[in-house]
Amino acid sequence: MSVERLPERLRVRYSKTGRIRYTSQRDNARAWERALRRARLPIAYSEGFNPRPLLAFSLALPTGCESGAEYTDLRFAIPGEASVGPVVSPDATAEDAAAVGALLDGLLPDGLQVEAAAPIGEDRTSLQEQVTSCTWSVEVTGMTEAELVERVETLLHAASVPIERERKGRRVTDDLRPSIQSLIVEGSGSSPGVLRLGAELATKPRGVRPAELLRGISPNLRLVRARRRAQWIDSDGIRLEPLTSDGRLLGAAAPMAAESGR
Amino acid sequence: MDSLFEKIEPLLFAVEKPARYVGGEMGAQYPTHGPGIVSWLLAYPDTYEIGLPNQGLQILYEILNELPGALAERTYAPWTDMEASMRAEGIPLFSVENHVAAHDFDLIAFNLSAELTYTNVLNMLDLGGIPVRTADRGADDTIVVIGGHCTYNPEPMADFVDAVVLGDGEEVISEITEVVERWKDDPVEGRRRLDLHRALAGIPGVYVPILYAPVFDGPRQVGLEILDPAAPEVIEKRTVADLGDWPYPKQQLVPLTEVVHDRLNVEVFRGCTRGCRFCQAGMITRPVRERPAAQVADMVANGLARTGYDEVALTSLSTADFSGIEGIVAGIVDDPRNDGRVSVSLPSLRVDAFTVATAASIGSVRRTGLTFAPEGGTWRMRRVINKLITDDDLFAAVEAAFSQGWRRVKLYFLIGLPTEQDEDVLGIARLGARCVEIGKRYHQNVTVTASVGGFVPKAQTPFQWHGQDTKEDLERKVGMLRQEARLTRGLQIRWHEPAATVAEGIVSRGDRRLGAVLESVWRQGGIFQEWSEHFDLDRFTSALEEAGLDLEAMTTRQRDEDERLPWAHLSAGLHPDFLWGEYQDAMAEVGIEDCRWTPCYDCGACTTFGIEHVVASNQAPAGGSQGTGQGLDLTATPVAMGARPS
Repeated sequence: MSVERLPERLRVRYSKTGRIRYTSQRDNARAWERALRRARLPIAYSEGFNPRPLLAFSLALPTGCESGAEYTDLRFAIPGEASVGPVVSPDATAEDAAAVGALLDGLLPDGLQVEAAAPIGEDRTSLQEQVTSCTWSVEVTGMTEAELVERVETLLHAASVPIERERKGRRVTDDLRPSIQSLIVEGSGSSPGVLRLGAELATKPRGVRPAELLRGISPNLRLVRARRRAQWIDSDGIRLEPLTSDGRLLGAAAPMAAESGR
Repeated sequence: MDSLFEKIEPLLFAVEKPARYVGGEMGAQYPTHGPGIVSWLLAYPDTYEIGLPNQGLQILYEILNELPGALAERTYAPWTDMEASMRAEGIPLFSVENHVAAHDFDLIAFNLSAELTYTNVLNMLDLGGIPVRTADRGADDTIVVIGGHCTYNPEPMADFVDAVVLGDGEEVISEITEVVERWKDDPVEGRRRLDLHRALAGIPGVYVPILYAPVFDGPRQVGLEILDPAAPEVIEKRTVADLGDWPYPKQQLVPLTEVVHDRLNVEVFRGCTRGCRFCQAGMITRPVRERPAAQVADMVANGLARTGYDEVALTSLSTADFSGIEGIVAGIVDDPRNDGRVSVSLPSLRVDAFTVATAASIGSVRRTGLTFAPEGGTWRMRRVINKLITDDDLFAAVEAAFSQGWRRVKLYFLIGLPTEQDEDVLGIARLGARCVEIGKRYHQNVTVTASVGGFVPKAQTPFQWHGQDTKEDLERKVGMLRQEARLTRGLQIRWHEPAATVAEGIVSRGDRRLGAVLESVWRQGGIFQEWSEHFDLDRFTSALEEAGLDLEAMTTRQRDEDERLPWAHLSAGLHPDFLWGEYQDAMAEVGIEDCRWTPCYDCGACTTFGIEHVVASNQAPAGGSQGTGQGLDLTATPVAMGARPS
């Protein structure tokens, strides 16, 4: 599929799995920038002394975590006269967007896989601000299933769950409880002796990392694997995905069924 | 071979920068191990982000993986947190591709580019399950090889390595592979390591230290006993005659995580004949061998398209001297496929306005700072070290930089140079102050940073006989310089820790007795000594004391012309009387011109090996005096001229 027309703005949904999950969000951004240059797509750049490609990622994925639901919003440049290759066109269709997605998928490093791509309009707020919660699958060791179920029950009934964390070089105490929208023990994980938790964690007032959630549950828990299954935008009580894996913008939760088995 | 990854993975959540340990680079190869295949583990004795970009290892990685009978993987020093976890879990040092244990490779080959990384080699061998001392290794143990610039005095590492490779590695690695392959064919019961050592010693450019025994008298080495008839008296370095035959790396590794020099790197030439007397690289890599300009252009264009990098560095010891430099830079900047987004970096600018013009042509890209290396604070000092830049050259270069939009200029200097007076040290601050003054004509705020290193005399250079400055001397000079620099707003002084300079000096010209010292430093926990947070000179001084060695004898002692230096049996082609003559010229403050553009001084680098410079232009570059003889006091007679063989 060759790319001829580009939407001015494009949202891409991708997954991050395998060994590349040990890279940071910053490394992830750089991998995208290199793939875009290899694709010779005319990404737009910021103004100023040190121009950067205009790529906006959704909530940073902690180093070491996998994800089936990462997003980036791209902006392509309106071409100058000398430009070669595909150009931005108001007529770009969903098929054009999918072709860009397929092209990038072949150029990204192993483990970063494009799931869907769609043209988007202008937004007043960034994707990062729009996302209200994330669903996580977290595999742990260090407790029996019965102990873990009991600890989770206690936590859900607690008025507050204080944990210490570092912010801007200072130790602060934060309450995790308001961020925990749901938390259940889902059963055995992918290897023997490992248990799996399912959690939905709000992004406001502050995001919670899987490792922090575990510290809130019990200091005995050890993180084995964590996977972000979904990011959600709450729209009047309905949870919508920024882009579903079958390519619908602000789609409802249909793909969750497929994801929850992972 | 078994992958250790399942055991490694559970450690990765708890360590800093886990991407250091998972490989996955674009260009990485995942070869299949098996009988009949000689397996190499290419190692850099520092962290992944420092070691990955090393061009030498990347070149050898590709050449070995192209050989039908060989394979290569890579490894780096795990950071202290990972090492602790690995030791606790019994996980050995492993390759980053297939996660195979180091001791399962036939060879482990280290690139040595800095003295303070030596203890990391010992630590990596130990962590890899390989006996640290050569004498303790049996027929089945991994063969330990070192190469790189530091191997021109390998004696401090002699107790720990099976073989040392001198010079360019492109050709010799195939020869080593063949020798190892033949040796592995011997039946296991009859296989002796001595036979391997003998066979390796027969390869030109390969030094096998265990076949030699140095003889000492007090602080000095007075001789070298050859223990085996297979061992040659002198080992000459290997030199690739034409870089055009070796367009490597073809598939530069693109790491998943950020590393130093994270950009496309294309080597434009090897060797340098500027003749700076302190510079080991410029002495041991002669002659100059330029890559054909068309090949450079291809490697740049293909490399950018393949990797997606937006920066390319044209690397060499003095890139502005490349015959086709303006054309190459213009070609990259003007290539429509690069859309004006690709920046070119010239890591070693010559100090003249002409060079700045080339740098400025790089165009719209980030103009963060320009770096020049005048090295000496006064013209007198620069004649001693043969870095022939006049004050006016520097001021013109700096003026060109400021007038073309740069606001930050960095200047590299050395202190502790031979014949140095306080006047020369203060000259650094005075030059810096003049540069700030020039900058203020163009911008309200400018920064000039003078970065000051302590001079460490190196083997195979004209200063190999010279007594290094003491730590106290260096500290006094740094203090004096800082005080003088306070007079100028906008002038910053950065300096290398004098204690680290002393430790480098101990190792740089040390003899074989240093082996015990390095082992003791390592056993005391002294790894990552090139990282200031881990460095401790006390470990070195107490280890010297333990070994009954004298710090002054190793570092500050002046050697005589007739002293048998510990590396005298190793040759980069340079005639000892050329080096001594250069030393005498230095003492007389006499500079000499670059032999690319002037008659031969018969240093020996070309004549010893029957090769010559490969340069596209025999004209000296315009626009500056450096190395071209302009600005030299031509009434001064080189003191050693008559002594040079003609």
